[in-house]
Amino acid sequence: MLAPGFADPVHGAQGTFRAVMDALARPGLLQPLDAGLKPPAPLTPELAALALALTDADTPVWLDAGLADSPEVAAYLRFHTGAPLTDDPARAAFAFIRDPARCPPLARFAQGTPAYPDSSTTLVLALDMIANGERLHLAGPGIKGPTRIALTPLPEGFVAQLAENRAGFPLGVDVILTAPGRVAGLPRSTAVTES
Amino acid sequence: MIRRAILKAIAVPGYQVPFASREMPMPYGWGTGGVQVTAAILGRADVLKVIDQGADDTTNAVSIRRFFARTSGIATTTRTTEATIIQTRHRIPETPLREGQTLVYQVPIPEPLRFLEPRETETRQLHALAEYGAMHVKLYEDISRHGHIATTYAYPVEVAGRYVMDPSPTPKFDNPKMDQSPALQLFGAGRERRIYAVPPYTSVRSLDFEDHPFRVQQFDQPCALCGAEGVYLDEMLLDDAGRRMFVCSDTDHCEGRRADGHVGTGDAV
Amino acid sequence: MYVAVKGGEAAIDNAHRLLAEARRGDPAVPELTVAQIRAQMALLVDRVMAEGSLYDPDLAALALKQARGDVVEAVFLVRAYRTTLPRFGASTPVDTGAMAVARRISATFKDLPGGQVLGPTFDYTHRLIDFALAAEGTVEPAAEAEPRDDADTCPRVTDLLTQDGLIEPSPPDDGAPAGDLTREPVDYPADRALRLQALARGDEGFVLGLGYSTQRGYGRTHPFVGEIRVGDVAVEFVPEELGFAVPLGRIRLTECQMVTQFKGSGAAPPQFTRGYGLTFGQSERKAMAMSLVDRALRAEELGEPVTSPAQDQEFVLAHCDSLQATGFVEHLKLPHYVDFQAELELVRRLRAEFFRDSDSMQEAAE
Repeated sequence: MLAPGFADPVHGAQGTFRAVMDALARPGLLQPLDAGLKPPAPLTPELAALALALTDADTPVWLDAGLADSPEVAAYLRFHTGAPLTDDPARAAFAFIRDPARCPPLARFAQGTPAYPDSSTTLVLALDMIANGERLHLAGPGIKGPTRIALTPLPEGFVAQLAENRAGFPLGVDVILTAPGRVAGLPRSTAVTES
Repeated sequence: MIRRAILKAIAVPGYQVPFASREMPMPYGWGTGGVQVTAAILGRADVLKVIDQGADDTTNAVSIRRFFARTSGIATTTRTTEATIIQTRHRIPETPLREGQTLVYQVPIPEPLRFLEPRETETRQLHALAEYGAMHVKLYEDISRHGHIATTYAYPVEVAGRYVMDPSPTPKFDNPKMDQSPALQLFGAGRERRIYAVPPYTSVRSLDFEDHPFRVQQFDQPCALCGAEGVYLDEMLLDDAGRRMFVCSDTDHCEGRRADGHVGTGDAV
Repeated sequence: MYVAVKGGEAAIDNAHRLLAEARRGDPAVPELTVAQIRAQMALLVDRVMAEGSLYDPDLAALALKQARGDVVEAVFLVRAYRTTLPRFGASTPVDTGAMAVARRISATFKDLPGGQVLGPTFDYTHRLIDFALAAEGTVEPAAEAEPRDDADTCPRVTDLLTQDGLIEPSPPDDGAPAGDLTREPVDYPADRALRLQALARGDEGFVLGLGYSTQRGYGRTHPFVGEIRVGDVAVEFVPEELGFAVPLGRIRLTECQMVTQFKGSGAAPPQFTRGYGLTFGQSERKAMAMSLVDRALRAEELGEPVTSPAQDQEFVLAHCDSLQATGFVEHLKLPHYVDFQAELELVRRLRAEFFRDSDSMQEAAE
């Protein structure tokens, strides 16, 4: 029996999109996200909500090993989104990453082209916790004054990769961070440094 | 599709994201881009305000507000302070916007370089290379011919130090309001199939020159109805003799001031 | 005391009521039925279907009734309705070679397999107003159609030429799904399938004018009408769960194959090239103009210099759509007083400076 999607598809998708939009418009600020989904493990409710709200037949989706190895996850996503799955991160419109520690380097995902920088991958990461904290310092569009966040876990080399991603602006990937009940954005325009 | 385009537009401020505009039940050129953006972001908790030329009661603003009230049952308002989403054509409200508000602009020609280079294939390359010399040359030619930059509306801006962007045909008077605005600014061009964005707290610089700094319009008299100064005014013709009166373009701002007891002279000039 | 104008809502409601009244016209005259429009304004209905990108004669007839006969407005109604329809998939390509032809003519061969079939055409009518039509109730005797064997083949002229290698072959079907300009933004350069889509939806008058311009030397293609055929074709669809094609029905189409300027090089023997036009319903003018413009737009592909509007795909594709054009032209009637005020302020200032400068020059001269 397949787990259900949004109880109210129109408003579930709209509410999730709006949380993501606010998250990308105000990088580092935590937005509440409660979509009420119970997807098959290891897919988290937040990853599922973003997949259902943002992907469809026009968006190739890349899953990390933990997700790709679960036939239930693939069946759930296929049924609710119709999005084609791809093995090639460079072809993905969206990438869903359950285990950020084993996320491929950001540079392996689609970076967009100088004429069409929007044709790049949006990565959605599942973390245990995102909090206001001292660890990462953010600057750039959408950020008012000093903004710091702490990520748990913080994948090794992640900050250096984000710096490299920022250096390639306007090319580069956009990163959406999720944790239970929360979403935050790190668009390519954000400069991230360790403090 | 439109939602994904909005997310990319926010991530690359000022860059025009292509999207497949759908035929809407209103004509291209009449706000279909703004309507599609508003429809994509609108939720049950939102309160919508629609203005055209700064006014809530111009016919096209009325028509669009009704469209949303009828199709989505959303709450509407004419008050800038109460609105969470403001769809606009040609003005930015005088009341400063706040965090959590989204301003949706209706855009006819999204490409700031279009009148210098009509070809999309060319302008796309110019943006890719951040090659904006022609725009500066055009503005400077104005100065040498007229002594002023002769662009009074749709005045080009540079967003977050990278993309040159068309602010839609707002008077350049409104350009400074875009800079570091606490509100999210989204731009929808339906006929030309482009969406672009300025996130909150983002630098928006009007193009200018050291010896000819950017300056906004100034009016010689306050609003005749509410006495406001430093706001954009409409010029009303009163009679055949050419008597005219200047009143606030932003009707909500004007009404709010009058409700607070501000009174203009009521004089024609 | 000036009072700001209010009452936009009431004005709009009243305008809608006046429109409804004007649409109906004199109530003493019987109201048109959709069936009458469909049957007796058939070519108009066809045009609305073609530019509306939706094959539904009843809906197109209703749209014409609602639009008071304004074609662009009717196309608009049909397109806006089309946007709301669910999309089940793409049909298999229709086979115009298997068309049950109502009309088929070739200008390149006097006689050919399948013959010349004039069908219902204005071509050889004398354009004299027929006042007898003003007297209602007369029924014309039906023409006796020559019995045709449905099994009769009516091969396409271009297929006959292909057998001898005299014309470039039709591009093979690579099985790849065709793009859809109603679902994806056009990225230039657009491929031929997308260009043909745009032309098929394009405004008949605009496409006609462009096609005409190629005949007058603006991107000349030396065209001959290889063939025009009008008739019904079967539409089939392969449901994924069945795996074989099932018929959905028949639609009337007009196809024009223009045989155009030959080319050749040291490596390739000279051969004719093609321009292609296809529309819903019966619309030879549109199909012919479309085939001329299609051929002109292939200039770059065929190594010809691109010098004329009809050869310039950004120019043609960006401007051929009647809805986009009418929307933007007509939006000029929306209020623009904020921008006009900005221009007024500048012109006043520039004039003041002009007169001040000329005064001071005069003073200096004195």
